[in-house]
Amino acid sequence: MADTTTGDAFVEFERVQKSYDGENLVVKDLNLSMPKGEFLTMLGPSGSGKTTCLMMLAGFETATHGEIKLDGRPINNIPPHKRGIGMVFQNYALFPHMTVAENLSFPLEVRKIGKADREAKVKRALDMVQMGAFGGRRPAQLSGGQQQRIALARALVFEPELVLMDEPLGALDKQLREHMQFEITNLAHELGITTVYVTHDQTEALTMSDRVAVFDDGRIQQLAPPDELYESPENSFVAQFIGENNTLEGTIKEIGDDICLVELDDGELIDAKPVNVSKVGDRTTISIRPERVEVDTAKLGENAHTLKAEVMEFIYMGDVFRTRLRVAGKDDFIIKTRNSADQRRLQPGEQIQIGWLPRDCRALDAV
Amino acid sequence: MSDTTDSGPVLAADGTPLKRSLNRALRAQKMRALALIAPLLIFVLVTFIAPIADMLFRSVENQIVSNTLPNTVATLNDWDGTGDTMPGEETFEALYYDMFLAAESKRHTRLGSRLNYEEAGISSMFRTSGRRVDDVGEDQIDALEDIDESWGDEAFWFALMSGADGAAKADDIVEAQRTRLSRLNETGFSGEVGFAPSQEIADLLPRTVRAYSAFAVFTAIADGDVVAEEEPWETVKVALIEDLRNGADLSGYDGPGAEELRAAQEGMADQPAIDYKQAFLDMNEDWGDLDNWKTIKMYAPPFTEGYFLNAIDMQKTPEGFQARPESEQIYIKLFKRTLFMSLMITGSCILLAYPVAFLLANLPMRTSSLLMILVLLPFWTSLLVRTSAWKVMLQQQGVINDTLVWLGLVDDASRLVMINNQFGTIVAMTHILLPFMILPMYSVMSTIPPYYVRAAKSLGATNWTAFWRVYFPQSVPGIGAGSILVFILAIGYYITPEIVGGTTGTFISNRIAYHISISLNWGLAAALGSILLAAVLILYWAYDKIVGIDNVKLG
Repeated sequence: MADTTTGDAFVEFERVQKSYDGENLVVKDLNLSMPKGEFLTMLGPSGSGKTTCLMMLAGFETATHGEIKLDGRPINNIPPHKRGIGMVFQNYALFPHMTVAENLSFPLEVRKIGKADREAKVKRALDMVQMGAFGGRRPAQLSGGQQQRIALARALVFEPELVLMDEPLGALDKQLREHMQFEITNLAHELGITTVYVTHDQTEALTMSDRVAVFDDGRIQQLAPPDELYESPENSFVAQFIGENNTLEGTIKEIGDDICLVELDDGELIDAKPVNVSKVGDRTTISIRPERVEVDTAKLGENAHTLKAEVMEFIYMGDVFRTRLRVAGKDDFIIKTRNSADQRRLQPGEQIQIGWLPRDCRALDAV
Repeated sequence: MSDTTDSGPVLAADGTPLKRSLNRALRAQKMRALALIAPLLIFVLVTFIAPIADMLFRSVENQIVSNTLPNTVATLNDWDGTGDTMPGEETFEALYYDMFLAAESKRHTRLGSRLNYEEAGISSMFRTSGRRVDDVGEDQIDALEDIDESWGDEAFWFALMSGADGAAKADDIVEAQRTRLSRLNETGFSGEVGFAPSQEIADLLPRTVRAYSAFAVFTAIADGDVVAEEEPWETVKVALIEDLRNGADLSGYDGPGAEELRAAQEGMADQPAIDYKQAFLDMNEDWGDLDNWKTIKMYAPPFTEGYFLNAIDMQKTPEGFQARPESEQIYIKLFKRTLFMSLMITGSCILLAYPVAFLLANLPMRTSSLLMILVLLPFWTSLLVRTSAWKVMLQQQGVINDTLVWLGLVDDASRLVMINNQFGTIVAMTHILLPFMILPMYSVMSTIPPYYVRAAKSLGATNWTAFWRVYFPQSVPGIGAGSILVFILAIGYYITPEIVGGTTGTFISNRIAYHISISLNWGLAAALGSILLAAVLILYWAYDKIVGIDNVKLG
């Protein structure tokens, strides 16, 4: 676990733990630091502790141990309404008995902002999400996407410096979700707001965030920008959770700084980049992204390893071909090839050679 | 898909209008639904709604006067009931026949008690008159029987009235009397009479035939005797005397008893006329009271607003509708009290139920189930037991007073009066109706997701603001539903006020029960009930207008 605390942090979690029942820790030793203006996504399967972290930050849950700081101030004992954090809820939580404009005006009213000022701000916020004409409607009269925009506008209307979003796009259909992802990131960057975004959708996390914190089992497994997360996963969980991934199991035979030799379970030897393996004899899980596997092994050059493979299944997906192979005794090895003009379509039963560059092949901890 | 043409209605695939084929398709479904609810519907209609409708109808129904005294009422139509002249002799004569028949049927006391609701004292007037009405015209009857003993002979009378064998019969007179008697007695009066007057005698002696027919119907059906074997009533003889004195032309008559009739007409000529008015005054001098006659005339029509007027402390007088004297006013006060107390009960139920419902909806499942059992516990205890428990708690020698005295908060001599008054009723009924407030509130509150309050807080609202601006408005439908339920239950409550209400804590329903079971003034009870029902419906309507019934959720 890398210590990510830095001096100019805006949001900081320091050794935070959370338990609901006094027996199990939902969040185990969380350390996180966010600079101002960052868009950070907490990604993880359900029950991984990501929402609990968000709720602790919002003030709806108290940390059992550790400290949460906002702009340098510890906020553990500050009630939610004094934290000044905007929040977008999973179900939008628009007040059904108020109109859209009243919903937006609510945070301004409780802050005792004058009427004229209030109206101006509400109008600006509505325009910001292109919902200017809907001020008089009730939330129930809006579509899901429109409600989503209003919820966003409401969380932003009082100009908070930090906005929390708890799976805000979960209820939308795919197309709208993609559109809203784009709008939310744009707004966040335009307004320079610090955003903590919780989701279990990895595409959402990768496309929207400056950095992604992958949660599992109450810990941050890796905190990194999306490309790094995808290309250089630090452990098997992250490799498996983010994107598609092929795994092969084996034992470390030799280990160097930048390269190690792994003996696969069927006896074949391959080179890999050691990530979190330490010594000879350790069990390891090899991780290779499907698109980094080359069928035309001639392209790879000399120091590339090649393995025998048998084609099990060929799936046509339009832009790519997805082929399932049997490799080293395992028949769930997937490769993806671009549907380019000269790409050959493999036939089931065909015996081929596959290979990859050692740097794309990461030796991770055994699962 | 159906095609829409520019000119016609939307057509289904086979060319019939879409609406009609949709209706046809839905008809089977509707019929099935109807068949499913039919048993309950019929049960409720037959055993509940119809009797209630009949009961409520009694609030305007008033046929007892015209059924009991039909002839009297007919003569009163010609009498000016507003002046200060007494009704004429013909009214008293008609009253004689009506009263005699009513006394025979033992219905005169019922009419007496009915009219007594409107004018105190009429009841005894009818009772004494019923006892003595057969004394009217005693002397003249004796004189008649002195002329010829046949006038006391039942077989002679029967032969006289029936006429010669094969004579034309006037069946319609018997039927008319049968109808009259069945109205008077409120029974069918069907069956064989075994008598029909001859047309000739009916034309000759109309009064007598009428009176004899009434006698015959009553004797044959009510008493189950043979007409020819019973001596006719006094009314028959009085009627004969009147017919003879009024110049019945017997010259052409040669049927049975012609000789005796002629002799009687001759013999009765020098007898004094029967003074009906004096006879009634002798029975009870109140018959000379103009107000009593005005009351009878006023309540003669078959429908009356009298019960409703009575129910709002007014009365009908010859001068129009007037408020009753201060000392007799009771119902308006009772209605106001019922309304006020029901509102108090509803209000205190809201105050007590809201926090409980809130807890129920927001506590973890296990705790809230336990709390729910506590809420429902009173439902499993008899209403009577709970009310009696309050009696034990609240009375002057009761648990609360004892405790207060023991603590020294209240002096032993000045124990608090907490029962048999409004306070006791409100306390006991609030307790009893509380679950009806908690449950609808709970069912609404449990549908309010917790994230609304969280959202409000995240937007900067304090706990109170979040509750008041966000949670409370969404829980209002529950308050509305509970309030309607509790208020409507409270306004018609009977048992609890009866037991703990004393004199100042009773409701209008207790008065209704009194009129149903003790004073037997069902008309007034029905009028009070109708007003209560109307009040509830009006309040419901007003609630719908103000809050909107769509906003009420019962579950």
